[in-house]
Amino acid sequence: MSTGQETEIAAVSAAVPEEALPAGQPAEDAPINSVAEYLRRWWQRVRAGDLGSLPIVLGLVVIVLVFGSLDDTFYTERNFTNLLVQMAPFATIAIGVVFVLLLGEIDLSVAYVSAVGGVTMTLLLRPGDPGWPWWAAVAVALVATTAIGLLQGLVVTKAGVPSFVVTLAGLLIWNGVVLLLTTRYSTSGTIRIQDPTVRGIANNFLGDFWGWVVGVVSVVGYAISQIRTSRTRRARGLDAKPLPIIAFQVIGLAVVAAAVISFANRDRGIPISSLMLLVLLVFWTFVASRLRFGRHVYAVGGNAEAARRAGINVDRIRIFVFMISGFMAGLGGVMFASRLRSVATNTGGGNLLLSVIAAAVIGGTSLFGGTGRVVSALLGTLVIASIANGMGLLNLEQAVQFIITGLVLLAAVLLDAVSKHRRAGLGLT
Amino acid sequence: MADQPLLACRAVSKAFGAVQALHRVDFEVRAGEVMALAGDNGAGKSTLIKGIAGIYTFDEGQILMEGRPIHIHSPRDSAAAGIEVVYQDLALADNLDVVANMFLGREKTRLGRVLDESSMEHETQQTLESLSVTTLRSVRQTVTGLSGGQRQAVAVAKSVMWNSRVVILDEPTAALGVAQTRQVLDLVRRLTERDLAVVLISHNLHDIFEVADRITVLRLGQNVGVFQTAQTTQQEVVQAIAAGTLSRVPGMVDADGPDDATEPTQTGATE
Repeated sequence: MSTGQETEIAAVSAAVPEEALPAGQPAEDAPINSVAEYLRRWWQRVRAGDLGSLPIVLGLVVIVLVFGSLDDTFYTERNFTNLLVQMAPFATIAIGVVFVLLLGEIDLSVAYVSAVGGVTMTLLLRPGDPGWPWWAAVAVALVATTAIGLLQGLVVTKAGVPSFVVTLAGLLIWNGVVLLLTTRYSTSGTIRIQDPTVRGIANNFLGDFWGWVVGVVSVVGYAISQIRTSRTRRARGLDAKPLPIIAFQVIGLAVVAAAVISFANRDRGIPISSLMLLVLLVFWTFVASRLRFGRHVYAVGGNAEAARRAGINVDRIRIFVFMISGFMAGLGGVMFASRLRSVATNTGGGNLLLSVIAAAVIGGTSLFGGTGRVVSALLGTLVIASIANGMGLLNLEQAVQFIITGLVLLAAVLLDAVSKHRRAGLGLT
Repeated sequence: MADQPLLACRAVSKAFGAVQALHRVDFEVRAGEVMALAGDNGAGKSTLIKGIAGIYTFDEGQILMEGRPIHIHSPRDSAAAGIEVVYQDLALADNLDVVANMFLGREKTRLGRVLDESSMEHETQQTLESLSVTTLRSVRQTVTGLSGGQRQAVAVAKSVMWNSRVVILDEPTAALGVAQTRQVLDLVRRLTERDLAVVLISHNLHDIFEVADRITVLRLGQNVGVFQTAQTTQQEVVQAIAAGTLSRVPGMVDADGPDDATEPTQTGATE
């Protein structure tokens, strides 16, 4: 279901060549609200360097086509649901990273902070010792990782130390804590999770029926919010998205959602973790784009001095964002632990950190701060997970996987730099 | 013209360590008037403005609003008193659109925290229209794409949107071409029609003589004098900026003591 978000954008971009042709669309009262005008402006933004999610969606299509043609199993239902299960924790952590990047900061500690979350929960769940209920264990784990974010945020803001260094120290510290906890409470270095609810997060699936319910609710919810926004804006005499465009996007979303759900239902269904990811994406997108807090995050990332003079408490925003990063890392850690049904000494290690940061950047969040969207966490994770999944199916060695993922990341960063140049140099008009 | 100044500073001083940036400076501006603040680099223009804006606190002296003393210890106090400053760097967030910049830090919300985008956009358009700013193609474009004059217009419009009564413009035309300077100066004039008190800091005497009603000249942190634009010449003002007589000789700080003449010698030039 999580792909619904992504493909909604795909639908928009796909709409361009088709919608541009029938110029005979009934023009709205004001020319500014017409379909043609809307598309013209969209194209103008793209040319000015505001590429949005366009490159990544095109990239995803290419990746899917390439791996699909190279390996027969890539397109199977089983592989699709596997992919959904694999990517949920990555995307969850990447959402937190997006917020940090929006500020123009970095959080290198997310991988081991997520491990701290997973390990804390697992230890509290051990039957009889102390054998906490799942919700209490998860809550304490999330409080712990959020507190870590708070701590790191305080050092960054109050001591004025660059976040790169603070979170690099955090990376080492929390790695140590994870090792300490896992070796102390187990001899083998692996602690299993027995709790069925926690194991279910990443291993249970929605039934066919509930899968469809989620799909219908998502599409209807999207349609209602779009139409309401358009109505209010029109009522005030402002430029509004033309109804044909909204209809096209809603239908596009519905088609994609239906495809995803029916495809997943032919295997095990929509994973619970994908539903969680969808809820998180909607929630954090709302926070970033509709709340005053989100606006201030963008402002601080774009021009911290301007934000400060506008009366925004810049330090508070920064600290909150590091707390979000810690919270989302903890949640991702819980999902990881659930997927593997255990935590171990190497939890949080490997290329987890680089994958989530790469995901946020590949998804279109600028490293320079101030530009990006929450959904880019999903898009970037889709790219990285698809590449890893596809190359795994092809039995390519890890070395090749690293090199290719690295090249994709490099391409994404270059695109970011070039489009930033274009935005600054060309401007509009 | 009302005789009572809307905003007045009385004998304000500010020192940074051993450096006396301002020494017993008087300054005032009336409603509906453009008061220019002129002086060479290091004359204390910025320090005076930053004190009024609440970025610094004056060591001594008083700030009066309509004759009543007010206390400004932070930019918030200053904004609460109806004083808005447009700094030279404009303090716009390039990555945000015009509407978001206009309402930065004072966003309108529904249900407590949710941004009320449509009403902010509506108000932005009205404010820009009322100031006859017509060069913007869309209030939803990001500031990155705007020209220098358009950015200045946005920053000025932002400052008048908040029931402000005093608008302080720091070098608004410094980075602009001829046509855009023209537009900005027109905009400055339009502010006075709203009965705002406008303070214009500028190095450019052409600009000053074009829009200002009066000119306050500072030199080395002290008053040189206040000139009526209509009754003075650029030459006279240049002379004041470069070599105006001071009450107190810099470099003799301690020997002089604070008991020297209280009034700058050239205040006779005032009226």
